[in-house]
Amino acid sequence: MKTVDARGLSCPQPVLMTKDALASKENAYEVLVDNSTAKENVTRFATNNGYKVSVAEKDGDFVLSITK
Amino acid sequence: MTKNSNKSNLFSSATGIIIAGAVVGLISTLLVKMGNPGNMGFCIACFLRDIAGTTKLHTAAVVQYFRPEIIGLVIGSMVMAVTSKEFSPKGGSAPFTRFVVAAFVMIGALVFLGCPLRMVLRIGGGDLNAVIALLGFAAGILVGIFFLNKGFTLKRTYTVNKAEGFAFPVVITGLFVLSLIVPALFAVSEKGPGSMQAPILIALAAGLIVGVLAQKTRLCMVAGIRDLVLFKDWKLLLGFIAIIVAALVGNLVLGQFKLGFSGQPIAHSVHLWSFLGMLVVGFGSVLLGGCPLRQLIMAGEGNADSAVTVVGYIVGAAFAHNFGLAGAAASADAIGGPSVYGKGAVIIGIIVLLIVAAVNSKKAKN
Repeated sequence: MKTVDARGLSCPQPVLMTKDALASKENAYEVLVDNSTAKENVTRFATNNGYKVSVAEKDGDFVLSITK
Repeated sequence: MTKNSNKSNLFSSATGIIIAGAVVGLISTLLVKMGNPGNMGFCIACFLRDIAGTTKLHTAAVVQYFRPEIIGLVIGSMVMAVTSKEFSPKGGSAPFTRFVVAAFVMIGALVFLGCPLRMVLRIGGGDLNAVIALLGFAAGILVGIFFLNKGFTLKRTYTVNKAEGFAFPVVITGLFVLSLIVPALFAVSEKGPGSMQAPILIALAAGLIVGVLAQKTRLCMVAGIRDLVLFKDWKLLLGFIAIIVAALVGNLVLGQFKLGFSGQPIAHSVHLWSFLGMLVVGFGSVLLGGCPLRQLIMAGEGNADSAVTVVGYIVGAAFAHNFGLAGAAASADAIGGPSVYGKGAVIIGIIVLLIVAAVNSKKAKN
């Protein structure tokens, strides 16, 4: 599983990093973000590209599990 | 670890942003009806410029007024962010670079005579000069995207103390209250755009409503075009389009619509410099991560970098008028547009933004 740490970054960077990561065609990814806007945008991007996303909160950050 | 349900609410949906855009467009036309300058229901650049004037950071007598809309926007965003637990005090992402970029964004906007939001409102009022500006704005966004794809980043922010997050809303509101209690300290225009004012409580309420909606929906003029190009994501652009359509309808109903290039309120038809001025705004705003409206909203959410950005806009506006860089509105006996110094500032702005973009771009190996 590939992890993308986009904490502290604001959009579009978390989405760009997710986009780059998804290009590696793995089955599962974990994206860390720390703001709601990034959470929504990464979720929307992954969903629009045919992935499933589930969100969990951990120590004030969001952990997005992205699977095919 | 707590599981969150992943349901999308109205505000984060396409419908939500269309409603928000429509409300912004309609409120803007109403503010003009109630006294604001033409096609200037909202203009973040113009309003911050007016605030720079009223606090005597510049002395252009026609653009001095403490615009209550700005206070409403910041407070509306702050209240919404606090109640929805999205208030997050943070900062430390290249603050001085942001300050400089913001100052040039403001100068570019004032050469054209409007921030991206007023550009959209001008289009909705039939001002075709703003369509030329939109082309420049889009071109600037494309240049910014080029650098985003090259790995441009101003690096991450860090969590800061709550007090830092509330500092900007408190300071700007404090100054506003001071302007009401001790008006003698402040300059207020007796003629010109600064003297054209919607009633204070209405302006404040309008700002609050738009602040709440913009915070919830992340409405942003730059991100609309940016995300469409980068991610084929239409969502934010729908808000942009909704503002144009609603402003068009509102202006037609209120008799404020006028199609053409000439005779437009607070505008000029010096197209090359409208194009280049808004190119600076589009490019700079991509580097900053959002348009001036969005920066104000994020400053209300506790983002200290956005607060520094807003102060950069205000200082840029002061320079724009102290150095005579801002575009002049066309009149019966002058075509208006920027002075030679204004043109020079736009060119310098483009060079500065290219340098900032280049030195902060490095594709990370992963």
